[in-house]
Amino acid sequence: MNVEGLGVDLAKSSSPAFLVNDLVKIKNKTPVGHYRTPFYVRGKTGRIERILDEFINPEEEAYGKNVGSKVRLYRVSFAQQELWPEYHSASLDQLQIEISEHWLEPA
Amino acid sequence: MTVPDHHDHDHAHPGVTKDEEPYGYYATLELAVRELLIEAGLITTDEHRRQIEILDSRSPVLGAKVVARAWTDPEFKKRLLADGSAACEELGITMYDGAHLIVHENTDQVHNMVVCTLCSCYPRPVLGLPPDWYKNKQYRARAVKEPRAVLKEFGTTIPDEVSIHVHDSNANMRYLILPLRPAGTEHLTEEELAGLVTRDAMIGVTVVKSSLVQTNRGQA
Repeated sequence: MNVEGLGVDLAKSSSPAFLVNDLVKIKNKTPVGHYRTPFYVRGKTGRIERILDEFINPEEEAYGKNVGSKVRLYRVSFAQQELWPEYHSASLDQLQIEISEHWLEPA
Repeated sequence: MTVPDHHDHDHAHPGVTKDEEPYGYYATLELAVRELLIEAGLITTDEHRRQIEILDSRSPVLGAKVVARAWTDPEFKKRLLADGSAACEELGITMYDGAHLIVHENTDQVHNMVVCTLCSCYPRPVLGLPPDWYKNKQYRARAVKEPRAVLKEFGTTIPDEVSIHVHDSNANMRYLILPLRPAGTEHLTEEELAGLVTRDAMIGVTVVKSSLVQTNRGQA
């Protein structure tokens, strides 16, 4: 897969588990704590739009753990009809959002 | 102790601003944490003041400069779309908060717009502080679900054959929209072009018009 030009330095970080255009499902879990995965995308299927860098896990950072735990971030795109069943069926409109790797599973 | 009764206000004092409301819970919390950080020697009062000064110095004028440059310099545009932060820094616009800026280009096929459903993430280094409506729960909830209806309320009608890409700015990236350059602006200089670019066009809730005259009509 083409990851050139996406700002990803594979040599210095762990390899992304997903590649551009992979179909992914957002895990449908409801843990207690600080999460940056909104409910409206949980359980939905999208496509990897772009591979981003690794960032401090916000779920730990929120509780003061600022060092050592980084997670891979991706941009995932969804067809609007996947998120909202009432969305106009002929539309090609999309929603794109950043999701951490541990919230993704192969679809 | 008695309160003097001759000064229970029924008249204004010209030039005197009313004191602010007493601190609320979060304002008090912020002040307490800030004072502790200063006492502990982790930050200084001057650093704190300077950071606010930097925040207040940013405005959509900077984003407009970036857009006008991208419209007039194809090589710059390529670099901007490849790495928004680095290209802005070329123009002297520092990403003081370490923000990773992604620039999405509007085309004849795609119209982009930005929202932060979880809070109010916003490309502050290039646009300054977000407008109140951007932080409003209605905008945050509706922009992802019915973007076309929301755009109409901003006076923006996107034809059905143009796809709308909504970007939920929910984590580490920040988004700036590169609007379509309006037709009939071929003769304008980069500076004149920058004058046409508005904040809302760079959030993606409107498009850039070839003239601001219409907007100003009726203000005379």
